[in-house]
Amino acid sequence: MKSLIIILMTSVLVNNYVLSKFLGICPFLGVSKKLNQAAGMGVAVIFVMLLATAVTWPIYTYILAKNGLDYMRTIVFILVIASLVQLVEIILKKYMPALHASLGIYLPLITTNCAVLGVTLNNINDSYNFIESMVNSLGCGLGFLLAMVLFAGVRSRLETANPPEAFKGLPITLVSAAIVALSFFGFSGVVDGLFA
Amino acid sequence: MTKLQNFLKGIIKENPTLVLVLGTCPTLAVTSSVINALGMGVAATVVLLCSNMAISALRKVIPDKVRIPCYIVLIAGFVTMIEMIMHAFTPDLYEALGIFLSLIVVNCIILGRAEMYASKNNVIDSAIDALGMGVGFTLALFAMSTIREILGNGSWMGISIPWLSENPISIMTLAPGGFFVFGCLIALVNKLTHGKGVKKKDFGCDSCPSAYMCGKRPAQSCGKDGEDK
Repeated sequence: MKSLIIILMTSVLVNNYVLSKFLGICPFLGVSKKLNQAAGMGVAVIFVMLLATAVTWPIYTYILAKNGLDYMRTIVFILVIASLVQLVEIILKKYMPALHASLGIYLPLITTNCAVLGVTLNNINDSYNFIESMVNSLGCGLGFLLAMVLFAGVRSRLETANPPEAFKGLPITLVSAAIVALSFFGFSGVVDGLFA
Repeated sequence: MTKLQNFLKGIIKENPTLVLVLGTCPTLAVTSSVINALGMGVAATVVLLCSNMAISALRKVIPDKVRIPCYIVLIAGFVTMIEMIMHAFTPDLYEALGIFLSLIVVNCIILGRAEMYASKNNVIDSAIDALGMGVGFTLALFAMSTIREILGNGSWMGISIPWLSENPISIMTLAPGGFFVFGCLIALVNKLTHGKGVKKKDFGCDSCPSAYMCGKRPAQSCGKDGEDK
């Protein structure tokens, strides 16, 4: 139990996917303008990460690794994730239109998001078991949501700021992302300290 | 457009990293040292060249409705090949790039060029386009990693620089430094081009090659309003 909490806290705070591992930067910069969109995207990412891990981990362990096909994992994972997301989207659209309206619009966007493929590959590379993989995916998703929501707050302040002409738009956003990333450095060592 | 212009557009006017702002994840992640950045640039260029040529050659065969999955399979195949080659011949670089080598599959530049260029043009033009974009990507990574390695580690391609190596600003090689240097470089490019590069209205949906996937959706679905596909 303790090791699971350590994995969760580490992936949320210390090894935050966006701010320290640079995965999923595109949605982080693209969809963080408004708080509700940022939160919607974050929840969709958590959902897809959990789903993708739940499917890719057994596929890797019981089919690919058993038959010596582990070099095929990149191809298999991206295809599985892409088709899975499409399937879920179709099901949501048909049976849960309300949920689809709030969450489904982000689903196609994250099919080719590197954070989702990244978390599934990392689970394999770190040789986590199934439960640990799911917890790690949950943690990464929560970390992504946290970063998105925090950054949406920062960006709402940027709207009214007046940076130099050349810095307008993306550059000033990146510089403020640097400061947010710097603030996350404060968490390094927190997990070790808590469970020492 | 002549062949030379086609090549050069990827390096300056439509530089994938600094002007189109695609493939940001590897740009930020691998540029803490020049060697890694060059390795990443070359690997991505080779994949881009192969995938652009293959997709262009197969553009009349691939059915329009399932083109994206087809492109992804082709790209993933080439990425796996590069991974195996690098694992065999440059094991240090393979270790250093780690997961980002596999993640070339979802690099927006490659899928973006397949969708925007290779699916509409012949093999020769697609190859030139891929080379231009690849060289542009590599040069951008090179510039960024040069700044980060010199300031953050006091060395350049492993050669240590006298005074700087004793007083490194190590934050530059860490995550915040990546965001900061990238922001400053884009600002510099903005300043130099005075917006004469490709006009980028925003960096929401316009720059996202995944936008085709939500093309049929309401425009606000991906954070951008009032903009039709």
